[in-house]
Amino acid sequence: MIEVRWHSRGGQGGWTASNLTAMAASYEGKYVQSFPAFGPERSGAPILAFTRISDEPIELHSMIYNPDIVVVLDYTLLSPGIVSGLKPGGTIITNFAGDVNQVLKTLNVKTGDYKLVLIPASKLALEILKSKITNTAMLAGLVKCGVVKFESVEKSIRERFSGPVAEKNILLVKKALEESIEV
Amino acid sequence: MSELELVPKYPREKQTMINVNGDEAIAYAVKQSYVDVVAAYPITPQTIIVEKFSEFVANGETHTEFVAVESEHSAMSACVGAAASGARAFTATSSQGLALMVEVLYIASGLRLPMVLAVVNRALSAPINIHNDHSDAYLMRDAGWIMLFAENVQEAYDTTIQAFKISEHPDVQLPASVHIDGFFLSHTLENIYTLPDEAVYDFLGGPRKIAKVRVDYFDEEVNYALDPARPLSIGNLALYDYYFEIKVPQVLSMRKAEEVIKEVNEEWYKLTGRKYGNGLVDPFMVEDADIVIIAMGSSAGTVRSVVKKYREKGVKVGLLRIRSFRPFPHKDIVELLSGSKLVAVMDKGIGPGQYGALYLDVAASLYHSKSKPILVDYVYGLGGRDLSPEMVEQMINNLLKDLEKGYILEEERLRFLGVRG
Repeated sequence: MIEVRWHSRGGQGGWTASNLTAMAASYEGKYVQSFPAFGPERSGAPILAFTRISDEPIELHSMIYNPDIVVVLDYTLLSPGIVSGLKPGGTIITNFAGDVNQVLKTLNVKTGDYKLVLIPASKLALEILKSKITNTAMLAGLVKCGVVKFESVEKSIRERFSGPVAEKNILLVKKALEESIEV
Repeated sequence: MSELELVPKYPREKQTMINVNGDEAIAYAVKQSYVDVVAAYPITPQTIIVEKFSEFVANGETHTEFVAVESEHSAMSACVGAAASGARAFTATSSQGLALMVEVLYIASGLRLPMVLAVVNRALSAPINIHNDHSDAYLMRDAGWIMLFAENVQEAYDTTIQAFKISEHPDVQLPASVHIDGFFLSHTLENIYTLPDEAVYDFLGGPRKIAKVRVDYFDEEVNYALDPARPLSIGNLALYDYYFEIKVPQVLSMRKAEEVIKEVNEEWYKLTGRKYGNGLVDPFMVEDADIVIIAMGSSAGTVRSVVKKYREKGVKVGLLRIRSFRPFPHKDIVELLSGSKLVAVMDKGIGPGQYGALYLDVAASLYHSKSKPILVDYVYGLGGRDLSPEMVEQMINNLLKDLEKGYILEEERLRFLGVRG
């Protein structure tokens, strides 16, 4: 079972990204679960969302305490708390366009502690969507890590959005995949 | 035919996979169940169930008459009226809404009106809280409703359809509620398998069949429904002359419901390949278990995953999930727990001055068991407090110490799991 924790701010679409990931995995025959950290959502406030993906039916209905992967949609959320509970050797996927050492320093981790995937999601979202919504761009990180296939993400985006919105978001994931860096 | 050989009428490849949360799964099940009337209060503490269902109505995807009412009391009253006229009726609510509805719940069951109510289980005020526990469900436990608890989103879908069939069964004729844990199921997306519309329609035998009754002034049996062509009074005054005789059959029908729930569970298995224990209880490795944990709803899955871990280590622990809270499966509990030494009941609700409601029911069963295991009540998860796997481990570790000791003192029998201070 793979467990993913999403860090975003209210309104950035963290839960939607979690749902899209779960949907994508479901098309590959997996059992999935996706839920937010429950409660009233306030625009701009840090929120969490969670995804479980498994070959077996998922029995757990608790929060995720020890994720395999954390995804950060908004780089202003980067802090040592982001890696809290993350499994040793786990993966951090973050929206970030600068120097990797800056991320390591902000997270207070060393090279090699975790796998790191950097995606210039804000830059690409501004270019392609003309907005700062980075949730779909970050799906590229899950593709990069082999959690879901690009085609499955494409299908889930088409299921959730329609017309030009879907196509633009798919293009965004494609670009994000090309420009993502694994450290 | 053995269970392994059974090929369901609709194997998985003939079902449609959808990604939905628990609320949407129930709304979809209701849409497929050919419901005539949905009456609901659309504002807090309402859930997505009726919001989603009203979309189906607005899109012309169902023939259902949707009645938006001004309170949950009115929602249930409208369902009583609809069911009394022979319609298949549904409503949904949660926490304070259910509390307001309680008065009319007794009327629905007392009038022997089949219908289905989805309850998204959430805590009762005060303090104000929107999260999951079972205090609202415990509030309606004596209201004469069949109460079924789902563990996951798939089961929420399956149980909603089954509930119509159970409720309308000629031997039952009682309203039924389907319970899902607030947020843990209501707001959690899972991928589930659904039947084609026609399969659900056939499973339910089409529209609701109205029960027949014999009354003094007609020669033949007539429909138990309000019909101007054959006027009947439903909901009359019955004092000490008749009240008692009308209430006792509710108890008898509830007993019959036990068999019907089991039959429907089997029938569903043949149709879909899915079943939930015997319909009333869903045991996991209880046969040889020294310690059995009893739980209801979504937490049962979390407990089961921890039980598996302990089994791998050779610890003889099992889980008994209660699926039918009403009728309460006393017989199954006595049989299944006959070899157990210690039973821990997990109550997601509190009754100040008393143990939790589930504990009391289990205790009533076990009084008649030969083994008389040690019994302890764990109150947990109040107001939505998460039950982590670590908390379950902590509980099992404590139970192992109790088992070694061989007794639990009276003052230690009510425990609180995951509370500070």
